[in-house]
This record gives sequence, C-alpha cells and structure tokens, in this order.
Amino acid sequence: MSDWLIYFLGFIAILSACYVLFTSNLLYAAFSLVVTFISIALLYLALGAEFIAVTQIMIYVGGIIVLIIFGVMLTNKLGNEPPQSGSHNKFIAGLISASIFGLLCYAIVQINFSNDKVSGSLYNIKQIGQGLFTDYLLVFELAGILLLVALIGASVIASKKDTV
Amino acid sequence: MILELFILSAFLFSIGLAIVITRKNAIFVLMGIELMLNASNINLVAIGGDAGQGIFFGLFVIVIAAAEAAVGLALVLKIYHYYNSIELDKINELKD
Repeated sequence: MSDWLIYFLGFIAILSACYVLFTSNLLYAAFSLVVTFISIALLYLALGAEFIAVTQIMIYVGGIIVLIIFGVMLTNKLGNEPPQSGSHNKFIAGLISASIFGLLCYAIVQINFSNDKVSGSLYNIKQIGQGLFTDYLLVFELAGILLLVALIGASVIASKKDTV
Repeated sequence: MILELFILSAFLFSIGLAIVITRKNAIFVLMGIELMLNASNINLVAIGGDAGQGIFFGLFVIVIAAAEAAVGLALVLKIYHYYNSIELDKINELKD
C-alpha cells in the first residue's frame, strides 16, 4: 500500500514538473508547480516525516508560490493575451540535463543500499524541537538571522527609491 | 525504496536544470531553481540518518529557499523597473 502510494505521488510530481518545462504560459506553470510541491509534501508524509511535510506546504505553497505569482502579475502587462514566454538553447539544455541524469543514475546504482532503510519515521515533532534547541541551536539562530536580513534586503531592493 | 526515491530526485533535478537553461523569462528560472532545491530535499529526507540529521538539513534548505525566493523576486522587480523587460536574452548590457 505504502509503496504504491509513493510511486503514484512520484509519478504526479514528475508529470507536473514536465508540464512546467514544456508549457509557455507563466501562470499555468506556477499552478503546476503548486501540484509538484503538494505531491512532494504528501511524499514526505508517506515517508513518515510529518513535520517537514507541513513545513513544505506552509513555506512553498503558502509563501514562495504566492511570491512567484505576485512576480508574474507585476512583471507582465496583463491584457487580453495570456502571459507567454519563449525558450531558447533547447538542444544544449536537453543534452546537458540528460547527461547529468544519466551520470546521477549511474552513481546511484553504484551505491549499495542493502542495509539502509527510509528512516524519516523515527523523528517526531518532539525530537525535532529538542534537536533544534540542543544540537542545532547555532544553525537555527543563524537561519533566523539570515531570514531577517534577506527579507529586509529584499524590501530595500524592491522599494521605489533610487538611492542604491 | 530508497533507490527509487534517489532516482525520482535525480529526475526532478534534471528537469529543474533544463528549465533554468532553456527559459528566457527570469521568473521561470526562479521556478527551476526551486524545483532543484526540492529535489535535493527529497534526498535528504529519504536518507534521514541515525540522529535525524537529514530532517534538520531539509528544514534549513527550506529556510534558504525562502530567503532566495524573496531576494530573487526583489531583483527581478528592480530589473523590470529599469529595463521594462525580464527576458534574460535581452538584458545583455554587461556582455558587450
């Protein structure tokens, strides 16, 4: 049951990511990216990592996709025609990404996974909270400071004044 | 199961790389970068680790992705304000 669910969610993620690659409409691509992120979050849930699944939905679907759609709305003159965008370097991109996929698959097949198992289920929210405030306290605070600096910097960059 | 997850992650990473290389629009490029970060996150969560290191690294990757999206979109808005376009093949003043 669980294996079947994981295959199904991975298939949906691959399909919607391919739609982002092949469509030329920006808004359709953004909504297809929502489908990818939600299916990856459900994949985390099926693997037993519930906290990171909820974080994925809150930050990616609730934050980053909203930012991206805001960007689409603010950088296109939305009239009667849909927001289209072309593509270039198709041959080079296909060659490079296919060769990187082949290389990664070759490296993955070489690894011996015989005694490793998917171990997200060992970590519930209590253990994550304890870990964040003991072993990973410095990284946690650095991440908070990084977010603060990045958001202040983003609002300074995007402001209308031409002081910079 | 972990082998299939790694191959799924490799496939999503390649699709994100193809999006980053082919697209002319800067917002499409940002979407491709988000897809690549998600692919790496699947690997981290699938491995997990004995002390749960993978979960913590995945959380910090999500935080970095949020910061990157905010700064990237601010830069895209500024470029649009300056050049009236975000087609990356037209913004080549530094190249010549």
